[in-house]
Amino acid sequence: MSETRHAPTRPLPEMSGLSGEFYGWCNQGELRFQRCTHCERWRHVPREICAHCGSFEWSWQRSSGHGRVFSWTEVVRALHPAFGNATPYAPVIVEMDEGVRVLTRVLDCAADQLRMDMPVAVEFVAASDAVRLPYFRRRDA
Amino acid sequence: MLRDQACIVGIGETAVCRKPGSGLSATALQLKAALAAIADAGLEPSQIDGILPFPNLGKSEVFAASLGCANLRFAATLHMGGAMPVAALRLAAMAVASGAAKHVLVPGGWNGYSGARVRETSSTDVASIPGGEIARDFYLPFGLTAPPQWYALMARRHMHEFGTTEAQLGAVAIAMRRHAQLNPAALMHGKPLAMDEYLASPMIASPYRLYDCSLETDGAAAYVVTSAERARDLQRKPVYVMGAAAGQPYPADEICGRPDFHGIGLTHAAPEAFAMAGVTPADADFAQIYDCFTFEVIQQLEEAGFCRRGEGGGFVENGGIELGGKLPVNTHGGLLSHAHLLGLGHVVEAVRQLRGEAGARQVPDAHIGVVTGWGDFGDGSIAVLRR
Repeated sequence: MSETRHAPTRPLPEMSGLSGEFYGWCNQGELRFQRCTHCERWRHVPREICAHCGSFEWSWQRSSGHGRVFSWTEVVRALHPAFGNATPYAPVIVEMDEGVRVLTRVLDCAADQLRMDMPVAVEFVAASDAVRLPYFRRRDA
Repeated sequence: MLRDQACIVGIGETAVCRKPGSGLSATALQLKAALAAIADAGLEPSQIDGILPFPNLGKSEVFAASLGCANLRFAATLHMGGAMPVAALRLAAMAVASGAAKHVLVPGGWNGYSGARVRETSSTDVASIPGGEIARDFYLPFGLTAPPQWYALMARRHMHEFGTTEAQLGAVAIAMRRHAQLNPAALMHGKPLAMDEYLASPMIASPYRLYDCSLETDGAAAYVVTSAERARDLQRKPVYVMGAAAGQPYPADEICGRPDFHGIGLTHAAPEAFAMAGVTPADADFAQIYDCFTFEVIQQLEEAGFCRRGEGGGFVENGGIELGGKLPVNTHGGLLSHAHLLGLGHVVEAVRQLRGEAGARQVPDAHIGVVTGWGDFGDGSIAVLRR
């Protein structure tokens, strides 16, 4: 028997249901959020119905891809084995121009360079052969 | 109206430890604490007819079968993580006030150090929290995997909006540590903490350092609730539930998109509990605040109404939450310096204080105390108790 030690598997989203649809668009290089057909409110994370008006009618609408840094934490000690070699890294909340907020990371930006309200733009990064994740990069305001 | 209709009549706790581990199963630990609480109440285990187990850590059927509770009539599990023990206090009070049960047992405990760690189960067990699927699909792929990281996002934003400082987080850690010096049962008894040591401790997930994080612990605690009428016939001085409430942030299963980013379960629950009790936060002689991490104490003090939103940092400074200060908080040392007993330890300590049995850490002449719980992505619970 082989004694090969495998690197811990990186956690990836389930490519099914509404999450699968969201990441399916990401795989095509498009950041899209649900938007209610009835009251036109954007929403994220994906939900079956609109919490404001109760409508089941919605569509995946393309985001501007632009947002601003809302909060972050710098992970110095990894608490999941898949990220053991990635520290330090900073999960970041970005507030999109459409109003929804996403949990993401900002590329090429150390935590000490992060600033509240810093403008960022989406950039897709392959996390596996099957999934591209919406990361962000600094942009000029 | 639930006010003063139910009492806590028994408390129990096991020894707490880290290395080398309890040597008992989590079920055995909880049974030990349960038997201690039942005996403290002067009851026989067979008289327990209601059991509210902690989510994912036990089943009412197993407790009943092990304890010989042949007439179990009332059982439920509240999926609120660390907010469960105080939310269960309200549910137990409702049960005994309505007659659904006569004696309700609330146990909780684990091998949180030697067994599975929350830092692991939070990312490997999607079913361990109600927001688990959202975390799996939208947090974990980006490396947001564990509770200190979730809550650090809240702390960072609070620091930005209100000027809360790292030293104020440190003041919470130091206050809990000072109280632990008065509690021989605390894991951090004999290990005082100074601000320079706090600031020099390694960063885990900024702004959280090592000493901002609670102690993964092996141990268990439990309490027993009965009606006020029945409590008068029992051996211990009853502790009355004046008011109790539980609540959830909105949305409760997702942190980032909240319209009110600083709103938590307590934001809704605390006014309800104080109104039911007919008192204000200023009437409390002490508070046991669920302290999974330091900032959560500041946030809960604000949202519970002990100070206004944004003023929690100033509230905890200069000994404000230490014994002898404005509001002694976590007189046993809390999750940060006593032990992580899932919030059960906070209920047990509140009862000790109101019985006047807290020894060197007794709040003089304590009449009214508050206890809170916090769990999952900010679920909250609160009870106002009196002697």
